[in-house]
This record gives sequence, structure tokens and C-alpha cells, in this order.
Amino acid sequence: MFFLSKIEVGSHFYINFSESLHLHGETVIVSSLVVTGVILFLILGTRNLEKVPGNLQNITEILYEFVKSIAFTQMGPSYYSQFLPFVATIFLFVLGSNLAGALIPWKLLELEAGEFAAPTNDINTTAALAILTSLAYFFAGFKIKGIGYFKRYIKPAPFFLPINIVEDFTKPLSLNFRLFGNVVADELTVTVICSLVPLIIPLPIMMLGLFASSLQALIFATLAAAYIGEVIE
Amino acid sequence: MVDSIISAASVIAAAIAVGFAGLGPGIGQGNAAGQAVEGIARQPEAEGKIRGTLLLSLAFMESLTIYGLVVALSVLFANPFVG
Repeated sequence: MFFLSKIEVGSHFYINFSESLHLHGETVIVSSLVVTGVILFLILGTRNLEKVPGNLQNITEILYEFVKSIAFTQMGPSYYSQFLPFVATIFLFVLGSNLAGALIPWKLLELEAGEFAAPTNDINTTAALAILTSLAYFFAGFKIKGIGYFKRYIKPAPFFLPINIVEDFTKPLSLNFRLFGNVVADELTVTVICSLVPLIIPLPIMMLGLFASSLQALIFATLAAAYIGEVIE
Repeated sequence: MVDSIISAASVIAAAIAVGFAGLGPGIGQGNAAGQAVEGIARQPEAEGKIRGTLLLSLAFMESLTIYGLVVALSVLFANPFVG
């Protein structure tokens, strides 16, 4: 018989600290691996900068140009450099964790509950990223506009006040669900098709998932930059 | 008894959620892709730019479907109504 993968959503490998405090072990482990990987890659890529760049430096330069163009188009020439680190961090972390979930053969490692996967398929990770994004745009607004930031809430007319306030909640919510849902949808599709036909057929779906998950990193970073750009314009 | 009715209702609700969430964005994506093809046919040299914008906006529309999927998943796997 073939080995059929079991479909389960929402089961985790818990690391317990006390009665009420526990961590989702697989998410924490994989995301710290991703962070270490990204940091190592960036340190190695920028260590010996040369006039004629080598392979690794070339890749880091392309990445930098790419992230810079995202921030530049959304925030304009005078402010983008202040918020570029934030946008770049978000982009690299989301890209790294989506690719880590898709490219590393986690199935080889067995856990007693749950399984290793992309950290972004846990809704807590994406919620943290989304909340960080909304904190970042509040911070950007206060830093650049001061108390005049609140004028944004009564534009274009005072009766838009409730809509503008609700928007502050829907922005992180939609960011959160978009990333989480896309990653889970990719993995679920692959799992379902693998349980029907385990050979060859899932490959194009996996390629599509790879493409879609890198696109999601781009979209998350673009939206974060756009939200920041919106409050400081 | 009540639980089985809730389970049955949840399965139907999940199907409806995904089905209708796919409907609108499907129409929207078709429109966007059609317009993009028209744009490329009219101005082949702008293909790269059009393709980038198209992919980005397709992903935005896709996220609407994903919202439906998230609702369906939470109804199927993390149902708040089954005690």
C-alpha cells in the first residue's frame, strides 16, 4: 500500500512552560531557523564587499534593489530610507519562511503531534507580522506628522471618522488572513492531491505553490509599505 | 443529535463559503486578465510592466477567495459551535 498522508489542521507540537503558557514548538523552531538562515545569508553576502561582486554579493544586491524599489514607489524619495529596514525585514522573513516550508523536506522528521511546515501556516505568526505592520504605521504617522496625524481620521470629511477607525482594524486583519490563508491553501492542496495521486501529478501544484508563496511575500511587503506611505504622504 | 446537525450544517456552510467566495474573484480575475491581454496586444513593448501589475492585482483578488477558504477551514477544523 502507498503511504497516505493524513490531513490535519490545527494540531501542534506543544512546548509547555506552565499550566496556561505553551508554545507551538514546530512554529518556533522553524521560524528561528529561518531567522538564523536569513541573518547568516545577509552577513555572508555583505562581508567582503568588492567592486566586482561575486555570486553571493550579487544576490544580496539584487534583493536590496528590489526591496528598495518597493519602498521607494510607495513612500516617495524623502521618507523611504527611514522605513526601508522594516519593509526589508518583513519581506525577507516572509519569503524565507514560505520557501522554508516549501523547499525543505520536513516530512523526514517525525513529531509526536503536528508536523514541521512553514512558520507562516500558523495564524499566530502572521498575526504578529500584521500587528507589527500596524504599529509601524502608527509610529510612522506620529514621528513624521506629530499630533497632526489624527487629522487623517476626518479626511476627506468628518463623517468618514467611523470608517477610518474601522479601517485601522481591518488592515491588520486582512493582512493576517491573506498570508495565512494563502500558505495554508497551498499546503492543503498539495496534501489533498498527494493523498489521491502520490507521484508526479502534485509537482505542477508544488511549483505553483512556490510561485504563489514568493508572490505573497512581495504583496505583504508592498502593502506594509503602502500603509506606511499612506499615513506620511 | 444536536452535534450531528451542527456538523452537517458546517459541511454545507464550508462548501457554500468556498463556492461563493470563488465566484466573484473569478469574474474579476477574468476581467483583469482580459484587459491585460488587450493592453499587451495594443502595446507589446509594455508587456513586462503590464505583467507585473497584473500578477499583483490577481493576487489581491485571490485573497478574497482565501478569506472564504479561511472561514470554511475554521468551520471544518476548528468549529466554535461543536461543544
